[in-house]
Amino acid sequence: MTEAATEPLVLGIETSCDETGVGIVRGTTVLANVISSSMAEHARFGGVVPEVAARAHLEALGPTLQTALERAGVGFDDLDALAVTAGPGLSGALMVGVGAAKGLATATGLPLYGVNHLVGHVAADILHDEGVEGRDVEYPTIALLVSGGHTSLLLVRDLIDDVELLGETIDDAAGEAFDKVARLLGLPYPGGPEIDRVAREGDPTAIRFPRGLTKPSDLARHRYDFSFSGVKTAVARWVEQRADSGETVPVADVAASFREAVVDVLLGKAVAACRDLGVPRLLLGGGVVANARVREVAAHRCADAGIALRIPPLSLCTDNGAMIAAVGARLVSAGRPPSRLDFGADSSLPVTEAQVAAH
Amino acid sequence: MLLAIDSSAGTSVAVVDADYGVLAERTVTDGMSHAEVIGDLLRDVLAESGASVSALAAVAIGVGPGPFTGLRVGMAAGRAFAIAAGKPLLGVVSHDAIALEHYASGGWGELLVATDARRRELYWSRYSGLDEAGLPLRTSGPSVSAPDEVPASSRRIDATAVSAASLGLLAERLRRTGRATPTEPLYLRSPDVTLSSPKRVSR
Ligand SMILES: [Zn+2]
Repeated sequence: MTEAATEPLVLGIETSCDETGVGIVRGTTVLANVISSSMAEHARFGGVVPEVAARAHLEALGPTLQTALERAGVGFDDLDALAVTAGPGLSGALMVGVGAAKGLATATGLPLYGVNHLVGHVAADILHDEGVEGRDVEYPTIALLVSGGHTSLLLVRDLIDDVELLGETIDDAAGEAFDKVARLLGLPYPGGPEIDRVAREGDPTAIRFPRGLTKPSDLARHRYDFSFSGVKTAVARWVEQRADSGETVPVADVAASFREAVVDVLLGKAVAACRDLGVPRLLLGGGVVANARVREVAAHRCADAGIALRIPPLSLCTDNGAMIAAVGARLVSAGRPPSRLDFGADSSLPVTEAQVAAH
Repeated sequence: MLLAIDSSAGTSVAVVDADYGVLAERTVTDGMSHAEVIGDLLRDVLAESGASVSALAAVAIGVGPGPFTGLRVGMAAGRAFAIAAGKPLLGVVSHDAIALEHYASGGWGELLVATDARRRELYWSRYSGLDEAGLPLRTSGPSVSAPDEVPASSRRIDATAVSAASLGLLAERLRRTGRATPTEPLYLRSPDVTLSSPKRVSR
């Protein structure tokens, strides 16, 4: 038997926000990563509507599951374990995945692991996918996870045993701020790619928007925390004043300057964490990593500071089931017993809990 | 023999058989813990009934109406179970199970079934009896209304639970008639979304 064949074959389910994801991995190799997004259904609301997302999960789960099994070319009999996101996330959305996972577990008798979504984002980096070089992850690493649902800075010493929350957003997630600013600039949802597109023609130094929680007085208490409601309000006020005085709003400059303010804080704090804690590695994750400027600034600042930067492919950065399966596979390999069947969805599950309801 | 799941009120799971009746049933009436309890309930009814998954002919799910978040848990579990077990999935209107229970235990004539829809409203369905196949004849509903807009009826059941055993027995009858059993959830309400335009921040 080859080494790879002895690695656990795990199916992972992810439903914490607006992507229904089912992934199948063997150890750290992705066999299938199928995602059904309800993003288009949220477009006219300008943000993720939890009930709309939950309804979409129920509709998408069966087809997504079947497509993943077909793509991986495996059946339930071949699997060693199941994993599902237990939190954090939107509780009604999480519950669809948890319910489905328990249905699968009881029908098949497979062990089920309820796992942490944020730990999943970190695990995305250990996965080898088609066209993606396999890599050995070195710990400790700092991880910056940024999406429409979360903005977290983590210190990871071990994927399943030692993940520490350094800081997180105290109000909006960064992706949410992109959506809201896009909306007030008259750009469609989702805001991230739109701001990115428009900002290409703009001057990022045109307007100096505030950098949340970076003043010395804030740093004392919120060294690694984020806040994006201030910059969002500042953009709104600036745009209103322009409009009130009858001037046209330079959308490209506003977009570029706003994006610069957000990216500056994100990477500023992440690089500071690397320096402060003497960790020469930074891992990015979450949908906002799709933002071109985030990747650019990360590359520059990490190079300057001698920090090794790691960015998983975008298909593994956005919410997906493969990263959840990856956490499950690690738990299986480490000999951890499955979760008890009575775990619930925990919308604010702390990142220190990689697995819920461990025996 | 089939597995039945309903989470339109509490969470109820059963294994039933058209000839041998209810082989096992477990119900948790608490309307908040669907996601927590569904796994243990499934495992326990399978163990108690002694039914192997392969021996099941189908999986039946209550499609509501019921509070959405809980309703989806049972439906997701049932859909996933059916896929993993390779069994057909049958959808049953949850109120119909309550009506069947009433008529099967000697009730007759007009019946109105009402369940809590939260937000000071009720889900309701109206029945006139059983048809020739032994299935409840629903004459109107399921609908959602304010309590004073629910039609009057000479007999009314305000139910706080839906029995998966009754739902399963009804599904067994439905299966034999070959009638359509849609498996889509009966939400009866649009997602609660208010589209607000961005507010001014400066005065
Ligand atoms: Zn995420």
